[in-house]
Formats: sequence, C-alpha cells, structure tokens
Amino acid sequence: MTSTYAVLSEGLEKRFGAVHALRGLELAVPEGSVCGLLGPNGAGKTTAIRVLTTLLAPDAGSARVAGHDLMREPREVRRHIGVTGQYASVDGDLTGAENLRLFARLLRAPRSRAAELLERFGLAAVADRPAHTYSGGMRRRLDLAASLIARPRVLFLDEPTTGLDPHSRNEIWDCVRELTGHGTTVVLTTQYLEEADQLADDIVLIDEGRAAHRGTPAELKAAIGNYAQAVVADAAALPAAAAVLDRLTGTEPVLDVERRTAAAITLDATLTLPRLVRELDAAGVPLVDAGLRPPTLDEVFLRLTARKETAAA
Amino acid sequence: MSTLAYDTSAVLGRHLQRLRHASAIAVMTHTMPVVFLLFFGYVFGSALAMPGTEYRAFLVPGLLVATAANGIMNGMFGAAQDSHRGVMDRFRTLPMSRASVPLGQAAADLLTTAAGLIPLLLVGYAMGWRIEGTPLQALGAFGLLLLFRFATTCVGILLGLASRSEEAAGQLGGATFMLPLLSNAYIPTDNLPGWLRTVAEWNPISAVTTAVRDLFGNAPVPEGAAWPVTHPVLGSTLWCAALIATFLPWAIHHYAKQG
Ligand SMILES: Nc1ncnc2c1ncn2[C@@H]1O[C@H](COP(=O)(O)OP(=O)(O)OP(=O)(O)O)[C@@H](O)[C@H]1O
Ligand SMILES: [Mg+2]
Repeated sequence: MTSTYAVLSEGLEKRFGAVHALRGLELAVPEGSVCGLLGPNGAGKTTAIRVLTTLLAPDAGSARVAGHDLMREPREVRRHIGVTGQYASVDGDLTGAENLRLFARLLRAPRSRAAELLERFGLAAVADRPAHTYSGGMRRRLDLAASLIARPRVLFLDEPTTGLDPHSRNEIWDCVRELTGHGTTVVLTTQYLEEADQLADDIVLIDEGRAAHRGTPAELKAAIGNYAQAVVADAAALPAAAAVLDRLTGTEPVLDVERRTAAAITLDATLTLPRLVRELDAAGVPLVDAGLRPPTLDEVFLRLTARKETAAA
Repeated sequence: MSTLAYDTSAVLGRHLQRLRHASAIAVMTHTMPVVFLLFFGYVFGSALAMPGTEYRAFLVPGLLVATAANGIMNGMFGAAQDSHRGVMDRFRTLPMSRASVPLGQAAADLLTTAAGLIPLLLVGYAMGWRIEGTPLQALGAFGLLLLFRFATTCVGILLGLASRSEEAAGQLGGATFMLPLLSNAYIPTDNLPGWLRTVAEWNPISAVTTAVRDLFGNAPVPEGAAWPVTHPVLGSTLWCAALIATFLPWAIHHYAKQG
C-alpha cells in the first residue's frame, strides 16, 4: 500500500516556541500525481515542505517520502527528492554554470547534465554570469534546474512562481507538466489558486498547520456549491434581486453595486437556471444576465477559511 | 574516493571559485597583516625598550600567529554567509556527507592561508626577520601555524553556523581582532599586571607564538610564565588538539542537525 504513495505523512507536528506551525498534518500523495498545498501566509506550507525534505525534524508524527522513512533514513530520502525552496538556494557568488556543475558533482551526475539543464531552462546565454546578477525569473529557473539534476522521483516546489511574470510562470507550469508526464511526483505550495487549479490533481487547503480540506479541484468547488448570480439593469433593483436570491438559496447574497450584481452560494442541486430566471422575473427584477456557475478557487478558499473563522468566533 | 573526501573536495572547489569571484576582498584580507606588521614594527618598534631590529624579529612570528588566529573571524563570516543565504539549505537536502560542508570550508581556508602567509614572510624578511633555527624546526613552525589556523577556523565555523544573522557574525567576528592584543604576539607579557598576565599567557595565541618564535630561533622561551608558554611546542599542540577535538565535531553536528 505505502509504496503507491510518494509522500505519506501522519500527525506531523512542529512548534517554533509559542507558534504551533504544524498541527497533525496528514498528507497522502499518490505516485506520479501533483499535490497542491494551498494556504494563506503563515499557514505552515513552508514548514511542511521543510519537514518533508529533511530540513526540519518534526516534533511528532511520521512520514515516508519516496518509500523511505523520513526520520530513520533521511539520506535515502535525499537521494530521491528535488527541492526548490521559497527562497533562492543557489550560491549567488557563483555563475549559473558553476552552481549546476557543483551540484552535479555532489550528486555524481555527469558534468554534461549541467549544460543540458542550462540549455533547457533558457539560461545558456547567462550561464557564465554570477547568479546574483540574474533576474527573479532566471534565478527561479536556475533553482528549479538545480533540483532536477539527479532526476528526482519526488519534486518539492515551495511557491515556484511567486513574483514571476505570466510568461515565466507558464514556462514553469509547462516544466511541471512535462515532469509529471514522465512519472515524477510533485508537491507544490502556492498562493495562486489558478496555479493549483492548473497543475494539481489533488489540492490540500492548509490552514493553521492542518489540512482543512482536501480533494480534486472539482470536488472542492462542489463542496461549497454553486453561485447563483443576477446582473440587473439598474443598481436600484439590487435589493429586490437580493431578496429573491436569499429566498432561493438560504444564504445572504453579496452585492456588487459597481457591476450591478448580486450573488449567493447554494448547495441546492434542484435550483435550475430557468427557475432562477423565472423567480427573478416574477419579482419584477430588470434582469440583464443570470447564471449558476461553479465558484473559482479563490472563492472556495475565502469561503472555506472564512467559515472556520465564523465557527471559531 | 570515499564519499567524504569526494564531497569535501567539491565543497573546497566551490570556495576557491567564490574566492576567484571576490578576489578584491581576498587581496584586502591578506594585505591587512602586512600593514599591521609595518605599522607595529616601526611605530611600536621605536617606542619599546627593545631595540627596533630585535622587536621586528620578535613581531613577525606574532603577526603570523595573529593571522592564523583570524581563522575565527574568517570561518565565522563564511559559515554565517552560507547559512543565511539559502545555499546551505540545498546542501542539506542533497545526499552528501554531512561533514564535508564544514571540512570543505576549512580546507579551502587552509590553502588560501598558506598562500596568504607568503607576503607576510617576504615583508618580514625585508624588515630583518630571519629563520635562525634548523629547516626541520622551520617546517614545524609552518605546520603549527596551519594547525592553529585549522583549529581557529573550526571555532569560527561553529560560531558562524550558530549566529543569528550575518550582521551579528560580522560584529562578533570583528571583535576577535582583540584576541592577539591579549597575548604575547605583539608585546612581551612580563610587565603586564598579575591577572592580565595570567589571562594573556593562557591565551592559546601566546603558546603558539612562543613555539613559533622558538622554532624559528627568533626569541628564547620566557621563564616563569604559565605552563603552555614555558612548554610552547607541546603546549600549543595540545591547545590545537583540544580546540579541534571540541569544535570540529560540534560544528559538524550543528550543520547536520535538523532545526
Ligand atoms: N524558524 C522559525 N522560527 C519561528 N517561527 C517560525 C519559523 N519558521 C516558521 N515560523 C512560523 O510558523 C508559521 C508557519 O510558517 P510557514 O513559513 O510554514 O508559513 P507559510 O504557509 O509558508 O507562509 P507564506 O505563505 O508566508 O510563505 C508562521 O507563523 C511562522 O511565523
Ligand atoms: Mg512559505
């Protein structure tokens, strides 16, 4: 059973003094899949990655990565993982080529692997410049190249595209897709919900050090239902539209005066678009557009974390 | 080649490459002791009771040892820079020997120190300092200098790894230039007040300096001093052994431990 999971963790705990960064984190990442860890600042994503890549010892709990026990066989784990941390982990004083050749040497990979990766990540032209002179995107690509030298079975990426322009982001995404095409397992953290939607087979929402929700992107969206939405001709008609939505969905609608839009979440599968339109029309709402649409991951995220806050309050 | 030797040589290579990129800083590091030698040799040399030429022959071994003692500062800067700039995180996730990172740094430091002593020796020679012992003794003196450099580098690496920031390491490292002032490297300790004399004579720098002066045949071993100074070769070797035996494993453990 365990061999089918590239990452399997149970009850991971980590404290930094008074901060309880991980509170029993459980993860199960099937081999060859992409797992997206999604969470707000301070949720514990980086801590989770650092524990799973042998950089931090957990206070409690256990994990197997690439088939090896994290605590008992850290060296075996290191043999099979690649890591791109949240912050640059190359030597800024060395050139890109020197960096990759150094890591290739330490990994007993052929020297040609460095040149191959520089070429592949579009760094050949800047290969002989010190890495600290690179742009953010170049440095990110160098970091990623460094973590691919040994062709790892499990790749950990901590916010791989934060601060990158759309073009560089797409390049990284393509690279991740190509790797998973070859069977590499990827665990990535991100604050971009679109990124998780694009890349991840499974998403784990991390909140306060534990997995608050997990599922495929579609499942997560289904878990919070659909948005029933009405766009009206005149902002003055918004309250009337809101009253109808409130009655139909049982949740309080959100009003956007500028866009003359009212929207409310519903889990009611029997609410159909014709009925929504009929009810709004019957109430005399000057409707210009209406719809039932799945939420974006942003909405999922805000809603699932907000729900917890109201429960705690 | 064993994993340790192979990984250590890779890390050593990295440090030498870094040095090539930062050669201006390296040149400055190695010029400082020469400037000190000229300054002390002619400023103090003309103010002390000892004749100037005699003082300058006395001073050269002191500056060689003070330069070796800079291993604390250099080791600290290097280790603090690496641990606060992320590259060490990558090393820690690689299946490489844990000892190779501190050892590679120390080995690269030994090579550059050996090269850096040459200008100091040449300027010392021009100032009238000579090797007056046997060639074997002189070889022993150079060996002891490098052994002491290795020992102080081990101390520095631990302090650097344990430092909270590069700035903190910089400040503490800068303060280590005081250490040779509290020894017999620049002036004889005979006339120091009692407690200060005790501190200075138990400073490892004093034992090493006395041994180097003795082996080069520059100055006799002072009498009535603390044990490490009156038995300088054995005393300084024991000092080095104790420092290495304590701080090298400690530094390796500190590097390898997961936070
Ligand atoms: N070395 C440390 N010492 C003290 N506290 C820490 C340390 N590392 C992390 N923390 C704390 O643990 C919590 C989780 O931090 P972590 O970096 O894992 O969050 P994150 O989800 O990666 O956030 P971000 O999106 O900002 O990167 C935070 O409250 C953080 O302040
Ligand atoms: Mg983070």
